[in-house]
Amino acid sequence: MAINWNALWEWANPRKFMSWTDRALPVFAVLAALMFVAGLVWGFFFTPDDYRQGATVKIFYLHVPSAMMAINIWAMMLVTSLIWIVRRHHVSVLAAKSAAGIGATMTLIALITGAIWGKPMWGTYWEWDPRLTSFLILLLFYIGYMALWEAIDNPDTAADLTSVLCLVGSVFAILSRYAVLFWNQGLHQGASLSMDAEENVADVYWYPALVAIAGFVLLFITLVLLRTRTEIRARRLHALEMRERVAEQ
Amino acid sequence: MIRLFWRDITLSFRSGGGFGLGLAFFLILVTLIPFGVGPESELLQVIAPGILWIGALLACLLSLDRIFALDFEDGSLDLLATAPIPLEGVVAVKALAHWITTGLPLVIAAPALGFLLHLDSAAYRWLIITLLVGTPALSFIGAFGAALTVGLKRGGLLMSLLILPLYIPTLIFGAEVVRRGAGGFLVGTPLAMQAGITMGAVALLPFAAAAAIRVALR
Repeated sequence: MAINWNALWEWANPRKFMSWTDRALPVFAVLAALMFVAGLVWGFFFTPDDYRQGATVKIFYLHVPSAMMAINIWAMMLVTSLIWIVRRHHVSVLAAKSAAGIGATMTLIALITGAIWGKPMWGTYWEWDPRLTSFLILLLFYIGYMALWEAIDNPDTAADLTSVLCLVGSVFAILSRYAVLFWNQGLHQGASLSMDAEENVADVYWYPALVAIAGFVLLFITLVLLRTRTEIRARRLHALEMRERVAEQ
Repeated sequence: MIRLFWRDITLSFRSGGGFGLGLAFFLILVTLIPFGVGPESELLQVIAPGILWIGALLACLLSLDRIFALDFEDGSLDLLATAPIPLEGVVAVKALAHWITTGLPLVIAAPALGFLLHLDSAAYRWLIITLLVGTPALSFIGAFGAALTVGLKRGGLLMSLLILPLYIPTLIFGAEVVRRGAGGFLVGTPLAMQAGITMGAVALLPFAAAAAIRVALR
């Protein structure tokens, strides 16, 4: 089947973007709410307690999806930044800008839920474990990225510089990840949801987790669309103000 | 390019150039540590590798805004950008000059400060080697951060926020080399990793920095 790739870019045209997101946003919002509630209620009330960890295991339904999102949002920002650098689509870079705040929040949620779980299980809120440390570093990267956006007045300059930072930051984020692994052996358990592992988490926990993950993904899509729309509107408002000021003179 | 190199070096030696400030900062930082953690030599010996590396890193950070900011303000950066040499080369030369005037003195001074912190005698060799290998990466990563913030009014604090996370891998491997050296372990792996980071930074970051400067000058 031949796909017309050029037609794909039309979806990113600001006007077309506004019109299709206007219709799609409520759908995503409702779906996100449904999945979120379903996944969490299922996970919290309708799964058995773990035989060793007791009820504390249930924070897993917040911890794992938010941690996954924290990493994947940075990857999405990398892709949209690249699209901005190559094709100079304004919507693309605004999506990256909108995603950064959400990504930072997800990282924070993962860190905090992890700390809450860590106290009864590991006996400590914080340990300089590779995974925990990597997430702290990821949070620093998000903060730096957002701070650079805030610091520059000209939106195109800001878009260019943050995109370059995002590219270089991605390399260093991966580098830090492995450097940290080298630096300290950890407490954190291995991945419990990978496709290729022999032993994964049991199905009773796996299905609600899957729903919760879907909820987080949908929530992210909803928020990023909403925030991108806000950014586009802010950009338009700014343009209108400038035009008015020119007209007054 | 060679002239640009000498110009940067001469400028940093002249008054107001900031040469030696980084060194003095390094000295003060190391002096403050015993006041903070207590004068027990065993404790100091344990933390010395980390302190020396963090001190070198912060001293390096202190002088980074000089790489491009002054040239940006008086317009010579515009001239350099339109000069018949590639901007990437300009960045690389300026980063190299920064390393010679900041990184190299730190390498030379570090053993003396290690003495103050009761650094293990086996570690001196590795301290010098790892600083020699690692500080160029600090200068080149720093040049990238300085390029990102060159057009900003108060870019200094933001620059630290952007650069310090990028310094993490260099710091980890650097301090690890000294720690292993002090304990008499093999240092090959972290040293090789650090050399890799330095070479990667020297080879690639001038391009990113030049791209950022072009944006700032637009």
